[in-house]
Amino acid sequence: MKNDYRARSHPAYWAFVVHRVSGLMLTLFLPFHFWALGQALAGGAAVDNFLHWTQQPLVKAGELGLVVLLAAHVAGGVRLLTIEFLAWHEWQKSLLAVAAGVTLVVGVAFALNLA
Amino acid sequence: MKTRGQILLWLAQRYSAMVLAVCVVAHLITIIYAVRTGLSAEQILGRTRGNFAWLVFYATFVAAVAVHAPIGMRTILSETLRLRGAHVDIAVLLLGVVLALWGWRAVFAVFQ
Amino acid sequence: MAEQVTVPASHTTGSPAKARSLNVRVWRGGEAGGFHVFEVPRLESQTVLDVVTYIQRNLDPTLAYRYACRVGMCGSCAMNVNGKARWTCRTHVAEVERGDAVEIAPLSNLPVIKDLVTDMAPFFDKWARAKGQFKGASQRSDEFARVMPDSPQRMRADAAIECIGCGVCYSSCDVVSWNPDYLGPAALNRAWTLVNDARDVSNSERLKAVAGDAGCHACHTHTSCSERCPKHISPTAGIAGLKRAVAAALKGDL
Repeated sequence: MKNDYRARSHPAYWAFVVHRVSGLMLTLFLPFHFWALGQALAGGAAVDNFLHWTQQPLVKAGELGLVVLLAAHVAGGVRLLTIEFLAWHEWQKSLLAVAAGVTLVVGVAFALNLA
Repeated sequence: MKTRGQILLWLAQRYSAMVLAVCVVAHLITIIYAVRTGLSAEQILGRTRGNFAWLVFYATFVAAVAVHAPIGMRTILSETLRLRGAHVDIAVLLLGVVLALWGWRAVFAVFQ
Repeated sequence: MAEQVTVPASHTTGSPAKARSLNVRVWRGGEAGGFHVFEVPRLESQTVLDVVTYIQRNLDPTLAYRYACRVGMCGSCAMNVNGKARWTCRTHVAEVERGDAVEIAPLSNLPVIKDLVTDMAPFFDKWARAKGQFKGASQRSDEFARVMPDSPQRMRADAAIECIGCGVCYSSCDVVSWNPDYLGPAALNRAWTLVNDARDVSNSERLKAVAGDAGCHACHTHTSCSERCPKHISPTAGIAGLKRAVAAALKGDL
């Protein structure tokens, strides 16, 4: 028998899902990010064309998504590092809420300047 | 892969994570600062061009990512797609090499 | 596939309208089986084990299930109730019923022998593979070992020592599902208690045994094990401790 969603409905599990999905999406995004930055080598028109493309609303939304994914991944990651490298403490349980809060703050800070 | 190798992979991923925690926080602050002060791409490039500190920072960032992401991918491939073994290890190693080379090229692009 | 429904004989007599009944889906067959539905009289303070026992004694004697103490000491009655691994003798129907319905299935991640009975051999094999056995060096003629109960090491061992090997954590762990070689929370937890046992002399072998892709390093801190453990043990804490112990040992003799 295998477990289904009923065995997984607790916060630490959702934190795992967020961490894994964000990590995967960021890894898939990186080659594109490096390529885009590499366009600066070609200079001039190549950069301008790319920048023009980034003005589209869908791209702006994608940027917000990526910032949120990155913030979530690092916040969740720091939580795991404290659990794995520091001795077990009760306050580590609150780290989940802290990580979620930090992610939200970062996302909002970025989003507020997109409009 | 022998157990000792697996332990070293895990340690590499966690140590690169620590480096990335610092780099990513710096990166996010930079991004939000740039967006809030309305810096244009030309202005941003103006700050990175010829700036040795940014070169070192981003080169380190790329190196840490090139270690961290492939090891994560190895776990995902093993657990989600049940792909394991030497061929998977080589594939993710190649991913790491590609990320490093392409990443350093990008770092050079904004530095030169 | 159509589910079979079995109703107790007493429901066909003119019993008072007040009698409540429970709609119980029970796994029948092996790995490739299916749910069979029973209607069971709903009683005060009924536990899920009471329900399973009622079915086997009154409705279908071919139902296979395990229990022993029925008072929450032995762990034999562990099953999946509404998708979560629990001790059925300590699970009141009132806690888990959803509108007069309950679903009972065998533990996950273990071969299903029949109905609600799983083969626990893989679970205990992994316990052995994790070097979950004590190995001492004292002789009869030696002095008793002196272990202070409030020493940090002993307190760490004591926090994890009450495990009775019921399999609930193992059933709840998704890494066990995804990685068949993964030793699992119970085996690793037991190894952790021994790593913290000042009298044990086999720690370098043990740390080698619990390290790597099939060991503590595969834990992703889902904490399903700690959430579900009926003894409120936290294998998550123990496994995190093993990660630190292995890293420390790497500098030495691993």
